[in-house]
Amino acid sequence: MSDELSAWQLILNGDPALFAIVRLSLAVSLSAVVLAALAGMPLGALLALTRFPGRSMLVVLLNALMGLPPVVVGLAVYLLLSRSGPLGAMGILFTPTAMVIAQTILIVPIIAALTRQTVEDLWAEYRDELTAMDVSPAGRMTTLLWDARFSLMTALLAGFGRAAAEVGAVMIVGGNIDGFTRTMTTAVALETSKGNLPLAMGLGLVLVAIVLSINAAAWGTRVWSERQAG
Amino acid sequence: MRAPSSDLPLVLDNVSLQAGATTILDRLSLTITPGTPTLIVGPNGSGKTTLLRLCMGLALPSAGRVSWGGRADSKPVRRAILFQRPVMLRRTAAANVAYALAQARTRRSQRAERIAALLQRVGLADLAHRPARKLSGGEQQRLALARALARDPEILLLDEPTASLDPAATRGVEEIILMAAQSGIKIVMASHDLGQVRRLAGDVVFLVRGGLCEQGKAADFLDHPTTREAAAFLRGDLVI
Amino acid sequence: MTFRFSSFAVALLLGASAAFTPAVAQDRSIVVASTTSTQDSGLFGYLLPLFKAKTGIEVKVIAQGTGQALDTARRGDADVVFVHAKSQEEKFLAEGFGVKRFDVMYNDFVLIGPTSDPAGVSGKDIESALKAIQDKAAPFVSRGDKSGTHSAELALWKQAGIDIAATKGPWYREIGQGMGAALNTAGAMNGYVLSDRGTWISFKNRGDLEISVEGDRRLFNQYGVMLVNPEKFPSVKKEFGQAFIDWLVSTEGQTAIAGYKIDGQQLFFPNAEKKGS
Repeated sequence: MSDELSAWQLILNGDPALFAIVRLSLAVSLSAVVLAALAGMPLGALLALTRFPGRSMLVVLLNALMGLPPVVVGLAVYLLLSRSGPLGAMGILFTPTAMVIAQTILIVPIIAALTRQTVEDLWAEYRDELTAMDVSPAGRMTTLLWDARFSLMTALLAGFGRAAAEVGAVMIVGGNIDGFTRTMTTAVALETSKGNLPLAMGLGLVLVAIVLSINAAAWGTRVWSERQAG
Repeated sequence: MRAPSSDLPLVLDNVSLQAGATTILDRLSLTITPGTPTLIVGPNGSGKTTLLRLCMGLALPSAGRVSWGGRADSKPVRRAILFQRPVMLRRTAAANVAYALAQARTRRSQRAERIAALLQRVGLADLAHRPARKLSGGEQQRLALARALARDPEILLLDEPTASLDPAATRGVEEIILMAAQSGIKIVMASHDLGQVRRLAGDVVFLVRGGLCEQGKAADFLDHPTTREAAAFLRGDLVI
Repeated sequence: MTFRFSSFAVALLLGASAAFTPAVAQDRSIVVASTTSTQDSGLFGYLLPLFKAKTGIEVKVIAQGTGQALDTARRGDADVVFVHAKSQEEKFLAEGFGVKRFDVMYNDFVLIGPTSDPAGVSGKDIESALKAIQDKAAPFVSRGDKSGTHSAELALWKQAGIDIAATKGPWYREIGQGMGAALNTAGAMNGYVLSDRGTWISFKNRGDLEISVEGDRRLFNQYGVMLVNPEKFPSVKKEFGQAFIDWLVSTEGQTAIAGYKIDGQQLFFPNAEKKGS
């Protein structure tokens, strides 16, 4: 990427390096959200609907894990995937796959904790009706998750926001390799450390604009859906 | 697929329910048998809602026994309940009914037909594709009735279903309840509206402070109450 | 409706994996652990396309400080190391993690400071300059990250007869970050910092900073390259890695290094052993 041009000019010129970076950032963070949702939503719903000894502690722990420092997650995943580590033979360190893994771990607690709270609140409202209709435990989970879908969408956006914004995890497990594992956030960090502050700021604003568009699209989807199904 | 057992007669045998230090139901014995609608009346706090929840199996007694058709297990085989404020699933009216049919293990091939029939029966056929949460109070209660009837119940329990509705909506709901009663479904309904009792009741159960105070045919109870509390209640006095 | 959501998710995953595949498909690649100075100066951006055009090998550079780069290699996570701290490199070799060390190029360090020159170092040699900075307790930014630059800085304090670990005060700021960050910090606190010339020339955020001391022979900065020992880590791509090293020390590679200029200034001076192998 040319240092001389501003971020805006790079967009207008269709700079391939910039677009590759944007594509990678979105691919990594969106994949992480999908995987975290697949793992975190059933986990959150299960936690909301079951009672067992130690449950309160687990809920507190899950809430606390929302604040996992990205750089710590990155370090832990790095040690796992390093050639000297237990999963080194997979050879996926310094690849986008490792970045997706790290970000997924980072945001599963957010999605699970928010799902748990949402489903628990909804269960209080739905409990009598669903019990009266003799709904199975699995059925309760799917019914509540589906009925709570608008609130859960917000949970997904929170997870996506966290993933798209972090730099610590992807920097360590990805290595910020030019043309391969460089994302928007690591590019901003790099340009800042090179003293290209205007370019760094421009890239940062591009990232914010993209995240804003995604949130706007989610909002539009919700409005349309509500019209269909209330 | 469904067990051939019946939920009737529904027998409450010396049932009490405590919540902490408060006694909500006090040594109450009652038998529900097939027939005309039974209306449960009494002042606020007399235990009407709790009684219905026990009959449905949503609550367990602290003492005494509840049995359905001689069985003690509370799985709702062929009974359904309506609450004062129904909870609409976040989907269309037709989808709500479909959900109830699915939970009642209706065969898939029959569902479309039954949805249409049920919506017709409760007068919501035109609103089939409206989001259920956007329906009016009366329409939502009628949809709840459709859901309950989807279970093909023997007993239909209703907890003051028209308390929040205007007279027109109330009439709509009462018509459906009467038709259900005529088709052989046992109606057990809590009500605070004596006019409604007169319109719907076959017999009346009068509760005071969690206990069974008086019981009998509707006409007898309304015109010739035998207990002091019943007379006071019918007069409009506060029964403390 | 649930079905629509899951098919959307599947489409997203497929799209995402499509975004990854082009890179994953290339196994003709090596990982080189190098320093931030070679990256930040833009040298790799210039050299690597030339190497790839010639050999088809993709070089993936992880830019860390020298110490961290060598540690990465010690864990087997890199195929080649390309750093600039000879003593650390020789220790690495002695520990058996490297195969052989080759000189590649050199540049020099410069002492950067504010134009106001609070310690009055202008015109001095590097040792006197450092003594002056310590005497006047002028702010000094240290990389503090076991990098090649950090090693050189510590060696210079020692040569100036100063035990910096013992005598440092609040004026000595260790930030544990790369060269660009150190320059940013020095500019912000009107302090001095030791930098490699390459990073300085391509650094944009100079503010009030300028070169205070340069040209001293003691500021010479040698870069070396090593293949990580495949006997320690069988996963090391030794043919591709050796091809990279061979190219760097070959006439072609050395000419390419000399050809890298910013604003007409050459940043790195090739000095591999002739007929090197």
